[in-house]
Amino acid sequence: MRHTISVLVTNEFGVLSRISGLFSGRGFNIESLSVAETLDPKISRMTIVTSGDDKVLEQVNKQLNKLINVIKVHDFTDEEHIERELAMIKVTSNADTRAEILSIVDIFRAKVVDVSPRTYTVEITGDEEKIGAITELFRPFGIKEIVRTGRIAMARSPKQK
Amino acid sequence: MKKNGAQVFIECLLKEGVDTIFGFPGGAVLPIYDALFDSPMRHILVRHEQGAVHMADGYARATGRPGVVVVTSGPGATNTVTGIATAYMDSIPLVVFTGQVPTALIGNDAFQEADIVGITRPCTKHNYLVKDIKDLQRIIKEAFYIATTGRPGPVLVDLPKDVLNAPCELKYPDKVDLGSYQPNYKGHPGQIKKAMDFILSSKRPVVYAGGGVILANASDEMKAFSTKLNIPTTTTLMGLGGFPGTHPLFLGMLGMHGTYCANMAIMNTDCLIAIGARFDDRVTGKIDEFAPFAGIVHVDIDPTSISKNVRVDIPIVGDVKNVLKDLLKAIPPQGAKDFKNNTKEWHGQIKSWNSTHTLSYKSDPKGKIKPQYVIEKLYEATKGDAIITTEVGQNQMWAAQFFKYDRARTFITSGGLGTMGFGFPAAIGAQIAFPDRTVIDIAGDGSLQMNIQELATAVQYKLPVKVAILNNMVLGMVRQWQEFFYNKRYSHTCISVAPDFVKLAEAYGAVGLRARKPDEVEGVIKKALSIKDRPVLMDFRVDPAEDVYPMVPAGQPLNKMLLV
Ligand SMILES: Cc1ncc(C[n+]2csc(CCOP(=O)(O)OP(=O)(O)O)c2C)c(N)n1
Repeated sequence: MRHTISVLVTNEFGVLSRISGLFSGRGFNIESLSVAETLDPKISRMTIVTSGDDKVLEQVNKQLNKLINVIKVHDFTDEEHIERELAMIKVTSNADTRAEILSIVDIFRAKVVDVSPRTYTVEITGDEEKIGAITELFRPFGIKEIVRTGRIAMARSPKQK
Repeated sequence: MKKNGAQVFIECLLKEGVDTIFGFPGGAVLPIYDALFDSPMRHILVRHEQGAVHMADGYARATGRPGVVVVTSGPGATNTVTGIATAYMDSIPLVVFTGQVPTALIGNDAFQEADIVGITRPCTKHNYLVKDIKDLQRIIKEAFYIATTGRPGPVLVDLPKDVLNAPCELKYPDKVDLGSYQPNYKGHPGQIKKAMDFILSSKRPVVYAGGGVILANASDEMKAFSTKLNIPTTTTLMGLGGFPGTHPLFLGMLGMHGTYCANMAIMNTDCLIAIGARFDDRVTGKIDEFAPFAGIVHVDIDPTSISKNVRVDIPIVGDVKNVLKDLLKAIPPQGAKDFKNNTKEWHGQIKSWNSTHTLSYKSDPKGKIKPQYVIEKLYEATKGDAIITTEVGQNQMWAAQFFKYDRARTFITSGGLGTMGFGFPAAIGAQIAFPDRTVIDIAGDGSLQMNIQELATAVQYKLPVKVAILNNMVLGMVRQWQEFFYNKRYSHTCISVAPDFVKLAEAYGAVGLRARKPDEVEGVIKKALSIKDRPVLMDFRVDPAEDVYPMVPAGQPLNKMLLV
C-alpha cells in the first residue's frame, strides 16, 4: 500500500542524503520526494511517497525517527488530507486541435503558461488522479514533454469546532 | 595568547573526561598533534588506523566509557571504516575524529581528500563535518552526547585543517540542545504491568538477554529479575557476562552455536522475555519457526529493534536497567508463589535438556591439542578472572562456549559485523583501560594476522596482553562450512604458509611460547600469565579437524541442531 509521509528535518547540509541513504540502504521504496523550507528557515519539510506492507511502514517510520536530524514523522494515510502535485505538460497543437485542447484546459481548471506555433504548455495542479486524467486526454494530440513534481500533502482541519 | 581550534579541541576532550586517545598522525591533523605535544592527554600511537578504532572499541566495551580516535584525512579516515562499522553493529560508543583538507579545498579532489562523512553515513549513529570554527565545541559536545546516550554507537567528526588552525576561545557548552534527539528511557507503566501479568501467567518462561543488558550496565538487575522469578536464562553472544555464566539458571548461549538446552528452551517456551536483544538471524535460525509457542515480551531502548524481525506481543521501549527495575517492582509482594508452582514442570524439562548433549569434545590426551581444551585450561588458570577478547571464527565460538563469564564487560567480541582482526587491538584497548587485569585475546591464526602490526603498539606501551592462538593453520570456520555444506571442497581455506609466531613475537620484542602437545598447554599458560611487562603470543598447535558443535545450519529452526 502507498503512504504519503511528511518528515520535518533540521535544515542542515547532508540531511537529504541521510534520508535517501536510509531508504536505499534498507530497501525501502521512494516513489516521490519533495523538499522545501518551512515557515521556520531552520526546518525543512520532506514529503515522501513510499509503499510497503504495515511491517515495512512501521520500520520506515521508526527508522526515520531514529535519525538525529529528524524532528517529526507523520503518515497521512489514516486521516483526511489533501494531496497535490503539479505538472507541466507540453502538448502538440495545431489549428485543428487548439480549441479542443483549450476546452480540456478549461474543464480541468488548468492554465496555459506558454504558447508556440506548434505547442501549448499547460500547468495543472491536483491529485495524482486528476493529473493522470488530463494526461490521458492530451495523449492523442501528442505530448512532447511532461514534468511533474513530487506529491505534497496537508491534513484537513477538523470540521466541527 | 589566543588558542587555535586544535588546542581547544584537546581541552574539550579533557573536559569531556577523556583520558586516552588512540590515533595516528598525518598532514591534516598536524595541528592536533602539535597541541598534543605539551598536553596532559595520553595518546596511544597505533600502527594502523583500523587498530586504533578497535582499541578504542575494546576500551569502551571494557569500561563503558566512550572510546576516542584521531586520524588524518584521506587514507587515515578510510582505514577507520571497518572499525566504525564493527562498533556500529554492536552499539559501542565511539567518537572518531578525522582530519579533513581545508574547507576551501573540499570537493576539489585535493591531496588526501576523502568524503568520509559520506562514506560513513550508513555505519555511524551520526556524523558531522565542522565547516566553521564557531560550531566546533557544540559539535564535540553533541558527538559525545549522541555516542553515549540512547542506543549507543559511533559518531564521526570531520575536522578541516583550517578549522583546526582558526583562532578560538575555550567555551565548552555544558548542555546539548538537540530537540530532534530525545531517547526514551522510561518504560511505559501500562506495558510493564501487562508484561508482568503475562509472565506470571506463563508456565514455560525463558529470558533471552542480549548485549543491551551490558550496554545499560544492568547485569545486577538482570540477575535479580531472573533469580527472583526463578526463570531459566539464556544470552546471546553479545549478552555473555550480562548474566552469570556459572549460575544454575543459566542455559548457555542460544543460536547457531548455542547449547542444546538453550535452543530447546526457545523452541518450547510459552513466554519469551527478550531483554536488550535484537533477534539477529544467527540467534533465531529460521525466523518463521522461532519460538513457535511463545508470547514475546521485548524490552529495548531502540524502537526500530522491536517487531523488526519477529512479531512482538508486549513491546517495552526504554532503558533496560530502568525497565528491569520497574519489572522487579511489579512482582507482587507475596512473591509470585503460584507462578513458581506452575513452572515446576518446566524446570524439570530444562534440567533434563541441560544434562543431554552438553557442550563437549572428544579429548585426545596423547594426540593433538584440542582447541576447547586450551580454553578450559585458560579458564582454570585465570579462575575466570580475566577479560577475554576474541577474533572471529571457530576461536570465537569456542571462547563463547568453554569459558564462563560471570561478570559483564569481561567478554569482548565482534558479534554483529564479525570482524576478523578485531580481538587483538580490542585486547590492547582493554588492557590500557585496566593495566593490572589479565587480558587474553583468544585468536585464530587467520584473524590475528589481520592486525598483527599492533604487536608493536603493545610492546611500545609495555602492555602484558596475552594472545592464545588456536593455530589450526586453516580458516577454520569457513573450512567447517565447506566440510558440512560444500562436499569437503576446501577451496582456499588453507593458510599453512604463515609466520613462525614465536619468532614473530621475538622480532617485535614480545614473548613467544609454543605448545604442540596437550601436556604442554598448562605450562605455556602459566608462563604467559607470569609475564607482566610485555605482550605474549601463545602458539597452540591445535587439531585442524575440530569443528564447532552444536550447529544449526543457516536457515534451519533452532531445534535442527547438528550435535557432536
Ligand atoms: C575481515 C573478515 N574477512 C573474512 C571473514 C570471513 N570469515 C569468517 S570466520 C573466517 C575464518 C577465520 O579463521 P581463523 O582466524 O584462523 O579462525 P578459526 O575459525 O580457524 O578459529 C573467515 C575467513 C570475516 N569474518 N572477517
